[in-house]
Amino acid sequence: MTESTALPVPAETHAVEHPLSSPLSIHDMTVAYHRRPVIWDVDYDAPTGQLIAIVGPNGAGKSTLIKAVLDLVPKVSGEVRVFGLPYAKQRSRVAYVPQRTSVDWDFPVSAQDVVAMGLYRRLGWCRPVTKKWRKKAREALDRVGLADFARRQISQLSGGQQQRVFLARALVQEADLYLMDEPFAGVDAATERAILHVLQDLRSTGKTALVVHHDLQTVSDYFDHVLLLNMRLIAAGPTTEVFTDENLRRTYGGRLALLDQVGTRLAEGQR
Amino acid sequence: MLHEFIQLLSGWTSLDTAIAASAALTAMSCALPGAWLVLRRHSMMGDALSHAALPGVVLAFLFAVGIKQAGWVSDSQEGALLHVLLFSGAVVVGVGTAWLTEWVQRLGRMESGASLGVVFTSVFALGLLLIRLKADDVHIDVSCVLFGIIETAALDMVPGTSVPEPVLVNGVIFAVNLLLVVLFYKELKIAAFDPALATSLGIPARGIHYGLMAVTALTVVAAFTTVGSILVIGLLIIPAATALLLSERLKAVLLLSVLIAGASAVLGHAFTLTLPRMIFSRLGYDSIEDAGTAGMMSVTAGGLFVAALFLAPKHGIIARLVHRLRLGMNIAGDDVLGLLYRFEERTATRPPAVSVPDLAAKQNGISRWLMSLSVRRLLRGGFVIRQASDELRLTDRGRASAKSLVRAHRLWEAYMARHFDLPDDHLHETADRVEHFIDEGIQDRLQAELDTPAKDPHGKIIPEKPASR
Repeated sequence: MTESTALPVPAETHAVEHPLSSPLSIHDMTVAYHRRPVIWDVDYDAPTGQLIAIVGPNGAGKSTLIKAVLDLVPKVSGEVRVFGLPYAKQRSRVAYVPQRTSVDWDFPVSAQDVVAMGLYRRLGWCRPVTKKWRKKAREALDRVGLADFARRQISQLSGGQQQRVFLARALVQEADLYLMDEPFAGVDAATERAILHVLQDLRSTGKTALVVHHDLQTVSDYFDHVLLLNMRLIAAGPTTEVFTDENLRRTYGGRLALLDQVGTRLAEGQR
Repeated sequence: MLHEFIQLLSGWTSLDTAIAASAALTAMSCALPGAWLVLRRHSMMGDALSHAALPGVVLAFLFAVGIKQAGWVSDSQEGALLHVLLFSGAVVVGVGTAWLTEWVQRLGRMESGASLGVVFTSVFALGLLLIRLKADDVHIDVSCVLFGIIETAALDMVPGTSVPEPVLVNGVIFAVNLLLVVLFYKELKIAAFDPALATSLGIPARGIHYGLMAVTALTVVAAFTTVGSILVIGLLIIPAATALLLSERLKAVLLLSVLIAGASAVLGHAFTLTLPRMIFSRLGYDSIEDAGTAGMMSVTAGGLFVAALFLAPKHGIIARLVHRLRLGMNIAGDDVLGLLYRFEERTATRPPAVSVPDLAAKQNGISRWLMSLSVRRLLRGGFVIRQASDELRLTDRGRASAKSLVRAHRLWEAYMARHFDLPDDHLHETADRVEHFIDEGIQDRLQAELDTPAKDPHGKIIPEKPASR
């Protein structure tokens, strides 16, 4: 282990730089797979009550950013604060929508069962899902337009419906910050409308959502803020200011050759 | 034959009951962790654990003998000591195998199947070597460990009682497994379905994974004396695989796994008493050596799996065949109606009749018997009537049905013509395939999207929506 792998950030740094009110403060975060950095030194403060798109090409580290925030992958350096505290202390205020393809949809459970999983933390260990909680799950399904599908086995849902089930599972957590990994990927028009409606609903109640988004056509219509990512933070801010041709060129204009090369050296040198 | 079966079973003794009970409790205790392995797509882990447990078992025996020889325990305590050693060894093996597999996978950068193959075969071979080295002193029978001897195991009674030892041991394991599944049902479920979500919610999916591995290893080791380390793999996997064919509800899958396991065991023993004798006496052999219950259990479980494969209500082979036949008949019937409708359309003055052989000739691709079967169905349903000299004519009811079908066909052609850059003669075939699946709801949406077209791309009139049915 080299010194740099677990360098704590001095306390006064984040105290000065990150306002307590920010739903998500990322400070100088670097994340690596097999010691090869996937994202380098990301600094970001999310504004409250906005819909924020995370945009970038394949392999830009969009999913990795979200997973690192949730402590699902280890960080090489940097730190994350959720409403001013480490994630581990704020789990109940964060809801996560993973990519739809990350789970086995042949698993023998119903849509309602999957939505109820969002409640497991609040229920606590060994407590069964009772009537009251099942009702909550059905209400969340209703919000995404799947009220009639509660008892349906999940393999019998369309891809778009499965995505909405995941969204309902996040809604049932009644969080303040939503992290969504490509919820719009490969969905039908009805699902796209339903998801957008829910997102706007969340914003109107002061919630914040960070959404990995791949459809450049709709970024300006759907999102207030945008975060452009390609192994590093290219730009972040209000969509009207940041989502420019120039910034998109920098985001999608190929990887930085030297950044890649040094990343490879890090991976090989620290084997 | 049934008579002979019953007659052979009438020799059932209290020993048979003991064997069947031991077998059933062993199978049922395995079915629970096995179901979670199958659900998590970790079935290979069951294979790995049962093999990797071997050196753990041998070492436990060696330690027990060593401790006894050192005079630290009395003879009467030896059995209890052995069990404690066996089960703590099993936990070490379970967690160790899971950990080692992950480690090899990460360090060797290989897929999990390969790393499992590396880990469990090497560890298993180590166990075999240990048995060979120490077999004489320690009295471990290789074939007993590999295949189990349930018949003799059921003879050992718990000291001071008339309860067979395997009944007690495997019964306790089953009860513990059942309790764990009931208590941690929700945690097991989320860790199996979406471990990333579980972790982000603060539910330790990794810890649950290791816990399951430990429990599986413990269960497997307890099953060694009855069914051995090879057949136990079947008891872990087959009941759950069968249950998954039969149900789509998790609780039902778990319950069915346990029931199927118990049934396999009891039926397996009953078959052991009867089938080999019945088969071999017919082949001209007077007597046979005893067939093993452990083997017959797994064969029975496999037989139940095959039965489920055929008979499962939704995904079974027979259900699917029936579904396909019904669909084929509906399509053939639709085609007959459509043909008759088009005949009527062409000769508007006097609706003609069409003969059945004519239909079959027109409709290549559909077998003659399917055609005549569907015609019979249309006649019975009052969609067509048969006139003299084997000619068919649409009834009002049939005409309404045919209209909807032709409407679907032509709307789809119009829809395709608008959105696909295809020559008109390419449209018919696709529409012919699709028409059977376009119900009135979709017909209405097509019509709305196309601004209520009057004609299809070939200039044929798209029938209006029937008023009401």
